[in-house]
Amino acid sequence: MRKWFKDGNPWIWMTGGAVALSLVMVYAVVWMTAAQGLVHWWPKPVAETTFTERDGKNIRLIGEVRKREEVSVIRLRESGYTLDTQDKFTHRYLIKQGNRDITGIDFKWYPGPLLGEFTYPQNLIAVERREWGHLYGHLKAVKENGTVVAEGEAAWPALQERLARSNALFKEILRIEKKDIGKVNYAMERLRLKERKLALQNKLSAADSTEFAQQREQLAGEFSVLQERIEKLRGEIARDSLVAEVMEGQQVDVPLAKIADAIMPNDMSVLQKTSHYLTKFVEFIFDDPREANTEGGIFPAIFGTVLMVLLMAVMVTPLGIMAAIYMREYAKPGPLIRIIRISVNNLAGVPSIVYGVFGLGFFVYFLGHNIDQLFYAESLPAPVFGSPGILWASLTLAILTLPVVIVATEEGLSRVPSTIREGSLALGATKAETLWRTVLPIASPAMMTGLILAVARAAGEVAPLMLVGVVKLAPSLPLDGNFPFLHLERKFMHLGFHIYDVGFQSPNVEAARPLVYATALLLVIIIVVLNLFAIRLRNRMRERMKGLEGV
Amino acid sequence: MEKIEANITKAGGYTGTRMSKDKLFKHVMTFGGLSVIIAISLIFVYLASVVVPMFMPATMEPLVRHTMPGATAETTVHLTAEEQAEIGVRFTAEGGVSFFNIADGQSRGEARLALPAGAKISSFAAGDLAQKAVAYGLADGRMIVTEQGFKVTFLQDTQDSSKDIRTIAPSLSYPLGEAPLLIDDAGQALSKLTVQHRGSETTAVALTADQRLVMAAFESRENMITGEVTTERSSIELPMVEGEIRQLMLEVKQRDLYVLHGERFVSHYDVMNKREPKLVQTVAVVPEGQTATALTILSGGFSLIVGSNTGAIAQWFLVRDDNNVNHLTHIRTLKPMGHAIATLAPEHYRKGFLAGDIAGNIGLYYATSNRQMLIRATGSDPVLAVGIAPRANAILVQTGNAAVQTAKVDNDYPEVSFSSLWQKVWYESYQEPEYNWQSSAATSDFEPKLSIAPLTFGTLKAAFYAMLVAVPLAVMGAIFAAYFMSPKMRSVVKPSIEIMEALPTVILGFLAGLWLAPFVDNNLAGTFVAIFLLPFSFVITAGIWHKLPEQITRRVGPGWEAALLIPVIILVIWASISIGHPIEAAFFGGDMPHWVTNELGWTYEQRNALVVGIAMGFAVIPTIFSIAEDAVFSVPKHLTTGSLALGATPWQTLFYVVLLTASPGIFSAIMVGMGRAVGETMIVLMATGNTAVMDMSIFTGFRTLSANIGVEMPEAAVGTVHYRLLFFSALVLFAFTFVVNTIAELVRQNLREKYSSL
Repeated sequence: MRKWFKDGNPWIWMTGGAVALSLVMVYAVVWMTAAQGLVHWWPKPVAETTFTERDGKNIRLIGEVRKREEVSVIRLRESGYTLDTQDKFTHRYLIKQGNRDITGIDFKWYPGPLLGEFTYPQNLIAVERREWGHLYGHLKAVKENGTVVAEGEAAWPALQERLARSNALFKEILRIEKKDIGKVNYAMERLRLKERKLALQNKLSAADSTEFAQQREQLAGEFSVLQERIEKLRGEIARDSLVAEVMEGQQVDVPLAKIADAIMPNDMSVLQKTSHYLTKFVEFIFDDPREANTEGGIFPAIFGTVLMVLLMAVMVTPLGIMAAIYMREYAKPGPLIRIIRISVNNLAGVPSIVYGVFGLGFFVYFLGHNIDQLFYAESLPAPVFGSPGILWASLTLAILTLPVVIVATEEGLSRVPSTIREGSLALGATKAETLWRTVLPIASPAMMTGLILAVARAAGEVAPLMLVGVVKLAPSLPLDGNFPFLHLERKFMHLGFHIYDVGFQSPNVEAARPLVYATALLLVIIIVVLNLFAIRLRNRMRERMKGLEGV
Repeated sequence: MEKIEANITKAGGYTGTRMSKDKLFKHVMTFGGLSVIIAISLIFVYLASVVVPMFMPATMEPLVRHTMPGATAETTVHLTAEEQAEIGVRFTAEGGVSFFNIADGQSRGEARLALPAGAKISSFAAGDLAQKAVAYGLADGRMIVTEQGFKVTFLQDTQDSSKDIRTIAPSLSYPLGEAPLLIDDAGQALSKLTVQHRGSETTAVALTADQRLVMAAFESRENMITGEVTTERSSIELPMVEGEIRQLMLEVKQRDLYVLHGERFVSHYDVMNKREPKLVQTVAVVPEGQTATALTILSGGFSLIVGSNTGAIAQWFLVRDDNNVNHLTHIRTLKPMGHAIATLAPEHYRKGFLAGDIAGNIGLYYATSNRQMLIRATGSDPVLAVGIAPRANAILVQTGNAAVQTAKVDNDYPEVSFSSLWQKVWYESYQEPEYNWQSSAATSDFEPKLSIAPLTFGTLKAAFYAMLVAVPLAVMGAIFAAYFMSPKMRSVVKPSIEIMEALPTVILGFLAGLWLAPFVDNNLAGTFVAIFLLPFSFVITAGIWHKLPEQITRRVGPGWEAALLIPVIILVIWASISIGHPIEAAFFGGDMPHWVTNELGWTYEQRNALVVGIAMGFAVIPTIFSIAEDAVFSVPKHLTTGSLALGATPWQTLFYVVLLTASPGIFSAIMVGMGRAVGETMIVLMATGNTAVMDMSIFTGFRTLSANIGVEMPEAAVGTVHYRLLFFSALVLFAFTFVVNTIAELVRQNLREKYSSL
C-alpha cells in the first residue's frame, strides 16, 4: 500500500477526479436547463389545501405546488411565522396561487407544518389570462352578455366552445392592429418624412403639398375603416365571460376576451396533457411575449437572434477568409506577420464588452450620427442610424468573431499539403487559379467550421449587444412587409438578452423562471448543435488532410 | 504539338487575362486582408482617442483685454456670464449692471438697480451662482434682490431659411418684487451682506453699521386657489464673534452660515432653524501669523475655499462625527499661488473655482481631484474680481486698471486625476476619505465620485475566486486527459470541454444567480462539506480500487479512472448536501448564513464571491484545460518512454519529466484563463449584487469593471467624463487582456520551438 502511495497512484486518481468533476459540471448544467426547461409546458396538477395564518385562522389555498425544499426554522421565524416545533429544519412549499389581481402576489412560499392536506379536486380550472397571470378556481358558470347560459357540469364544454370563438376573434383583432394599422402608420410616417425632406431642400411646391394632404386624407380614411372594424370585433369578443370561485371564496367574473387558454389539469389524460404540451410549445416558439415577457412566446427573440447572426455571417465570412488568405498565402513571412498573427489570436481573448463599447462609440455615435446628418436630415432630431440597431449589432459581432473565422481558415489553409499546390503550379496554373480551384475547395470545411463557431459564439453573446441594439421589447421586427422590408436601423430582441432581462430585470422573477429556463434550453440546444457540427466537420477535415498528405 | 500550343493560346497563356486575373486576385486579397487588420487595430486607436482627451491638461485661449464696460469709476463687485458664455455681466457696488460681449467687449446694454427714492446702497452679496440671485443691502437696513435674465429668441434668417439667428436680450428682474425687504429691524445700514434665494425660500444675514449680526428669512407660499403669494418674514439677531467681521457666507440650502472674522477665524452658525440660530464653533482656518484673505463656497454649498496672504488655498467642510456633531474640518490643501489670494470665484455647477492673487496671476482649480488646472499671468496689477461662465467654458478677470479681460477655457475633465481615480478621496459630507464609485445623480450639488479602485478591486477579486476554482480543476484535468486518459474516453471528453467553452455565459450567469445562489444560501454547510470532501473521496476511491480483486479491476482498462469517479462525485455531493442541514443544526445554530452574520459579524450576501467563483470558474476551466492539455500532450514521446524505461512510475515520469517540460505551457494557459476571467461580464452582472465594495470576503459581492460598463454605458451621455471613464475601463480591460494573451502566446511559441528541438 505504501509503495502504491509512493508511486503516485492516488495523484493520478486526483487528476482523474478533476476531469470527472468538470464533466459532471458540464452535464449538470445541460441537464439542469433541460429538466427545468422541458417541464415548462406540461400541465401541472392544481392542489387545494388549507393554511393556518398568523392569527390562527384557516384559509383555503388553491394553486400549483412548484417546489418543496428543506429550510431552517430560524429563517421561517425571522419572516414572522410561529412554528410549534423543536426541529431546526422543516419544509416549505412554493405555491403558484395565481390570481395576481386579487392576492397581489402569485408565487408564495408556505411553511409545510402550517399547511393542511393536499387534495386535487377534478373541477379546478387553470385559466391562462392575457393580463394578471393565471387564475385558479372552481368553475361555476358561463355567461353571455351578463346572463348565465351554462352552469355546473355543462359549464366546462360551453366554456371551451366559447373560448375557441373568442380566441379566433382575438387573433383577428391582433392581425388588424399589427398588420393593417401598422402598415397605415408606417405609410403616414414615410409621408411625413418625405414632405419634410422636400421642405428642407426647399423643393416643396404647393402642388406637392396638396398631393401630400390628399394622400394623408386617404390614409386617414383607411385608418378609420380599420378602427371601426376593430371596434366592432371588440364588441363581439366582449360577449362572453366565465364565473369562477377563487381561493378566498369569492366569485370572480372573467371576460373571455382576456383569456388565452383554460384547462382542467386534474381531469386531463396523459394524451390530453401531451397535446396541450405540444400546443404550448408551438406557442412558445411562434408567439409574441406577453406580460412584460414573462408569459407567451419568444418568437421575436428567436427571429432577432437569427437575423442578427445571418447579417453577421454575411459580413464576417468574406472578410475573415480574405484576411486569412492574405496572411497565409500572400504576406511575406517575417516578424510583422508574426505580430499580426499574435494580435489576431489575442483579439479572441479580448473581453466581449470591450467590443460593445467600441461598437457603441464608433458605429453608433460616430458612424451612425454622421450617416443621419448626411442622409436622414428629415427625421432629425430623432436618430435613425445614430441609435443602437441591428446593423450595428451585427457589425460589432462580426468584428468580435473575425478572429474565430481567421484562425479556423488559416488552420485549414495550412493543412493543405504543399504537394497539391506544387502540383497545380507545375501544371501551369497561376497562383490565383491554384488557390481558387484547389486550395480553397480543400480548405472549405475549415472555413465552414470557422463560420459555424462564429455563429455559435455570436448567438450566445450578450454583453456587447446590450450596448449596441438589443432591447427587452421591440415594437416591430427588423424584417416585415413594409418597404424596404429589411429595417437595419431597428432595435431587436435576442435570446440571450431575453434570459438576462426576464431573469433579472423583471418584477416577477418567480413567474418568469420557467420561461427563462425554456429560453435557456433553446439557446443551449442551438449552441451545442452548432458546436458539435463544427467539431465533426473539423475532425473529418483533419482525417481527410491526413489522407491527402500520404499522396 | 500544334494542338497543345493552340490550347495554351485558348487558355490565354501566361500572359493576358490569366495573368491580370492572378494579379487582381492578389490585390483584392491583400487589400481585404490589410483592411481587416487595420480595422482591428482601429479598435485600440478609437478607444484611446476617446480616452485621451480626458487626460489632456485644461487649455485657455490668450486673455483678451477690453475697455471696462459701463461706469469705469464704479467698483466691480461681481462678474458672471450667461449660459452660452456669449454675454458677460458686471455688477458694480453702486448698483450698475453692464452687459457686454465676452468675445469683443462690445456693450450689450446697461441697467441700473431700481432704487426707491432716497435709498442708498451700502453693500452687495451674490447668492449661489446656479440660482443667479444677487442682492444689494441699503443704508436703511433693507435689501433688494435682483437677478440677471437673458431672453433668448430665435429669428428666421432671411437669407437661409434653415438657419435661425439667436438673439439674447439681457435684462434685470426682481424675483421678490421691486420693493426692498426689511432685514434689520433697527433700520441700521447693512455694511456686510450675504443672501441666498432658492425656490420659495430666501435668507439674508447682514452686519449692520452698529456691529450687530442680523438674519432675516422669507418664505413665500402660494395660495392654491387664489394664486396669491404671501411671504412670511422672520428675523433674529445672531450672537457676535470677536474681531472685525470681514465676510459673511450663507450656503444655498440656507442651513449653515460661515463668518470670516479677525485675521484667521471662521465661525460656523447653524441657521437651519431660523428662529433659533446657533453659533456652533470657531476655527482658525490658516496657521498663526497668516491672514485669511479670501473665502468662497463651492457650488452645492458644502465646501469652503480659503485663500491666505501667502497664496495658500485650502478646502474645508463640515464633517459629521460619530455623535452626529458637525465639525468644520480641513480637507485638503491645493497647490498654492505665488502671492496673497485676492479673490475667489466658484464654478456654477461643478466643484471648481478660479483664484486671483495680488500679483495679477489667476489659477483655475478643481477641489475633488485636488488639481490646479492652469495658472496664467494677467499683468502686474492685482486681480480685483474674477468670474466663470456657467458652463465653465469662459473666464472673466478684472485687474487693477479699468479693463476687463476675458478668455475661452477648455476644461471639460477636471474631475480626473491620478488621486481621484486610484486613491482615497474625501468627498463632501463623508466622514473620512474613501474609495467610491458613484458616477451620477439627479441634483447638481452632487459631487461625482469616480474612483476606479473599487471596480478594479472587484475585477481582481472575481478573477481570484474564479481562478481558485478553475486552476486546480483545469490543470489537473488537462494532465489526466493528456497523459493518462484512454483515447476512447478522450474522444468523449474533448468535445464535452469544447461544449463547456461554448456555453453562453448568460446561461451560466442565469443559473448562478437564480439557481446556484439560492441553493448555496440554503445549503451553505453542505456546499463547504462537499468542497472539502471531494478531493479525499478521490483518494479513498483509489485506495479501495487498489484493494479490489484483479478480476474486477482488469475489466476497466487504465485511463478510465475519471469515468469511475463520476458516480463517486455525484454520491459525495448528494451526501454532503444531505448532511449539510444536520451539521448546520448541530454546529451553526440551525442556519449557517445567519450564524455567519450574527456570530462572526461578517457581511453575508446571497449573491457572493463563492457563487461567482464557481460559475466563473466553470467558464474559465475549458480555456485553461485546452491550452494546458495541448502543452502536456505535445511533450515529445521519447522523453516519457525514456523515463519509463529507466524505471520511473508513470506518475514520477509525469511529475519530473512531463510537467517540468510543459510548465511554460501550463503557465500560459493560466494567463489566458486569467484574461478571460477579468473580462467576463454576464456572470458577474447576474451572480453578484454589483455593489462597489472593497473586501476580500467570500460572502460578499463586488462590482467589476466589465459589469460596470454593461450597467452604466447605455445611460452615459456622450462626451462626458463618465462616458470617457467607461471607455477608459474598456481600454484597461483591452490592454490588460491583450498584454496577458501576448505573453502567453510568446511563451507558447517558445515552448513549441523547444519541443521541436528536443
